[in-house]
Amino acid sequence: MLDFSELLNLPLLWGGIIATAIFLYVLLDGFDLGVGILFPFAPTEDCRHKMMNSVAPFWDGNETWLVLGGGGLFASFPLAYAILFPAFYIPLILMLLGLVFRGVAFEFRFKSTGAMHKFWGYSFHFGSLSAAFFQGVILGSFVQGVKVSGRVFAGSSFDWVTPFSFMSGIAVIFGYALLGATWTILKTEGHTQAWARQVAFYVLLYVGLFMGLVSLWVPFLNETIFDRWFSMPNIIYLSPVPLLTAFGFIGLYMSLVKQREAAPFFFSIFLFSLGFLGLVISLWPWVVPYSVTFREAAADPRSLSLMLIGVVIFLPFVLGYTAYCYYVFRGKSSEEHFYE
Amino acid sequence: MEFYPVLLSRIQFGFTISFHIIFPSLTIGLASWLAVVEGLWLKTGNVLYKDIYKLWVKIFAVTFGMGVVSGVVMSYQFGTNWSGFSDKMGNVLGPLLAFEVLTAFFLEASFLGIMIFGWGRVTPRMHFAATLTVAVGTVISAFWILSANSWMQTPAGFEISDLGIFHPLSWLEIIFNPSFPYRLMHMVTAAYLTTAFFVGGVGAWYLLKNQFVQQARITLGMAMLMALFVAPVQIFLGDQHGLNTLEYQPAKIAAIEGLWETEKGAPLILFGWPSEMQEKTKYAITIPKFASLILTHDMNGEVKGLKNWPKDERPPVLIPFWCFRIMVGIGLLMALTGLMALWLYIRGTLFTKKWFQIWCILMAPSGFIAILSGWFVTEVGRQPYIVYGLMKTIEAASPILGQQVFLSLLAFIIVYFFVFGAGIYYIMSLIRKGPASTAGDIYGSKGIKVHPSIIAIEGKSHA
Ligand code: HDD
Ligand code: HEM
Ligand code: HEM
Repeated sequence: MLDFSELLNLPLLWGGIIATAIFLYVLLDGFDLGVGILFPFAPTEDCRHKMMNSVAPFWDGNETWLVLGGGGLFASFPLAYAILFPAFYIPLILMLLGLVFRGVAFEFRFKSTGAMHKFWGYSFHFGSLSAAFFQGVILGSFVQGVKVSGRVFAGSSFDWVTPFSFMSGIAVIFGYALLGATWTILKTEGHTQAWARQVAFYVLLYVGLFMGLVSLWVPFLNETIFDRWFSMPNIIYLSPVPLLTAFGFIGLYMSLVKQREAAPFFFSIFLFSLGFLGLVISLWPWVVPYSVTFREAAADPRSLSLMLIGVVIFLPFVLGYTAYCYYVFRGKSSEEHFYE
Repeated sequence: MEFYPVLLSRIQFGFTISFHIIFPSLTIGLASWLAVVEGLWLKTGNVLYKDIYKLWVKIFAVTFGMGVVSGVVMSYQFGTNWSGFSDKMGNVLGPLLAFEVLTAFFLEASFLGIMIFGWGRVTPRMHFAATLTVAVGTVISAFWILSANSWMQTPAGFEISDLGIFHPLSWLEIIFNPSFPYRLMHMVTAAYLTTAFFVGGVGAWYLLKNQFVQQARITLGMAMLMALFVAPVQIFLGDQHGLNTLEYQPAKIAAIEGLWETEKGAPLILFGWPSEMQEKTKYAITIPKFASLILTHDMNGEVKGLKNWPKDERPPVLIPFWCFRIMVGIGLLMALTGLMALWLYIRGTLFTKKWFQIWCILMAPSGFIAILSGWFVTEVGRQPYIVYGLMKTIEAASPILGQQVFLSLLAFIIVYFFVFGAGIYYIMSLIRKGPASTAGDIYGSKGIKVHPSIIAIEGKSHA
């Protein structure tokens, strides 16, 4: 039977694939959740309409990365999936319910009138908001570590309720709002765009604040993380990360000042990438911090090998037609009657 | 109050998947049907097909949206509620689900955008290709998830390590496990029939109200073709499926039949009330020797009764017994509907007989009921196992508190009834509005793009 474990470091490869899937999810669903977060603050109904139109063709594809992240974790690190999901039971269910409310809002809002039309607008907003918040909470409590005994979660139902996890929940809200605002700059014009630019300035400030806060807090959560960043010679090797982050902030700020259309979005992506890189560096090699490494949790090499073939064959197609869809819906979002 | 996490998790899983499966049942069928309708429209240039397409693609979009959000919930529940199962089965089942995401979900989700919003942005041919791709995607999705489910019913191609963890030995045996071909065919056919009867019911309703008559005739006609040709196929497939189940899960068949004693020449119990306390089926109306005939194709063949298994190895009986009869009853009614349609068609009154229209309206939800019933038979009938014969459902549970599951279940019930209730209401109002005659907008006949100025004039003349 198929087995590449002699040739390839399968757990490492799969760690990379899952991390990439989660990262792509964060970026892609990040901007459409961000649009939902900013939605009610838009100045006019017309703006809201355009904002929603700008993400309507994409949200489903974006969310599929979440399914790949979750389903992929099940397939490639089943032990991690089996420990982490019960640990985050409550925030996961709340996130899923948030996604239910926002997902259906795309169709329902355009099919309803009056009070219900308003209601589905709020459902889009609060659904996005709570999905973002609980994703942040899950991330935060993941970073703080999970209690394990043997092969099962050994903590209690509310281990995830901590100041750090709530802070990271709010941080993710602002992060997504930044992606959403810069996406809106890219996809709209006129007063919607001007408004989004204002918002981006404002949100950027908070993102900076939270990125700083997280960077200062995380090393003190765990000694290994502290040592990883602040010991010689790591501190030298890793110094580009904060420097590049500073560069990202300045670049984003300048591109907003210069009223550039696409650059702010790409700078936001750049900032997210660095944040993600920072997390990966901090948490390496844990897949259940600080008790199970990615090697221990890896699935049978025969399972990983089969799926690797699947990824090599199908992922290029997926990326290809995803790109094609973005190409089809390129340009500014308009008043087009997507929903007659 | 005692909160049993396993029982509550089972109820929660059953509840959420029952809601979920309602939507795929319609999207699988609608996607294929819409591809056919769009193909006919491109080929013939007949605007009626376009009207039908435009109405149903909206209904499709709403249904699909609900399918996606309820599906995402499903894929996370394996971990949240069944972590014991996930830990032990991840090696074997994980890849099947991963392949579903890679080969189906992305495909569906991406091309759905073009299918719904792509008018005017891509050529008619490309739009048709998008519809076709979504249709293929839904069937690929069914392929993988049913393979996973079938493996849990009839596991094959694996070994078990000392830790009790399952490892793959042969992917072909895992994917094409013994019950998979039957389950796949039976389920996909079920989705097609369900859609046909739903769509046909709507057509009949328009005819009854004397609205959109031309479009309604096409829809009802197409639906009745399905009923005539595919419903009998489904009965045949179901029978074969049952024989397969007899081979691999005889206890499930005993529960379906309501048979307690192992007998040669076992009677077929048409109706009755199986009692687990008294270990017999009360008030039974039977046909002597018929169960043996159907199941072993021999009047005196031996059929195992439930007493053949110790009590803690028997599935619950009442639900499989009754749900099976509901499903089969609906299957027979569907085939009968096809025959009635044929008879009316020959007499030239298919589209005019009021009683037949009312009958079709009554049959509109029947497919959904049959599908749910079928799954209840399948899933309850395999208890107490989650992986048949190898892992019991209790061993699969997560180390979580009953209170937690109770609250999440409550939340799901409230949210699902509210949200999906609203969705069903919106679908109903789309149906009530009916097809708008869109003759003359950018897709002119034969898919030629028409200049906007002409649309303006044309649009008026059609208004
Ligand atoms: C026979 C068909 C069938 C069955 C038994 C199931 N599904 Fe399903 N599912 C589909 C057929 C389908 C579909 C046709 O592909 C859907 C339905 C509507 C839709 O939007 O896609 C879908 C959507 C869908 C999605 C969203 C995909 C996306 O993001 O586009 C997920 C994550 C799941 N399902 C997961 C599951 C799980 C974990 C199941 C079992 C426990 C399950 N489905 C049973
Ligand atoms: C799509 C239609 C389906 C329906 C309506 C359905 C229905 C149900 C019901 C009613 C139960 C509870 C049974 C009981 O505990 O007595 C159940 C359990 C379960 N089903 Fe399904 N099911 C479906 C498909 C699937 C699929 C495709 C899978 C997996 C790939 C699956 C996996 C499970 C699991 C893991 C449980 C929980 C453990 C258990 O109680 O057996 N089901 N399902
Ligand atoms: C009248 C003839 C029919 C027969 C003899 C029949 C037989 C069966 C049997 C024996 C099972 C259980 C298989 C198992 O659990 O191993 C089953 C399941 C099922 N049936 Fe039917 N069936 C019939 C009609 C229908 C119809 C009309 C529908 C829907 C439109 C339907 C939908 C289903 C579904 C969704 C399942 C669960 C999935 C599966 O196991 O395939 N059936 N059927």
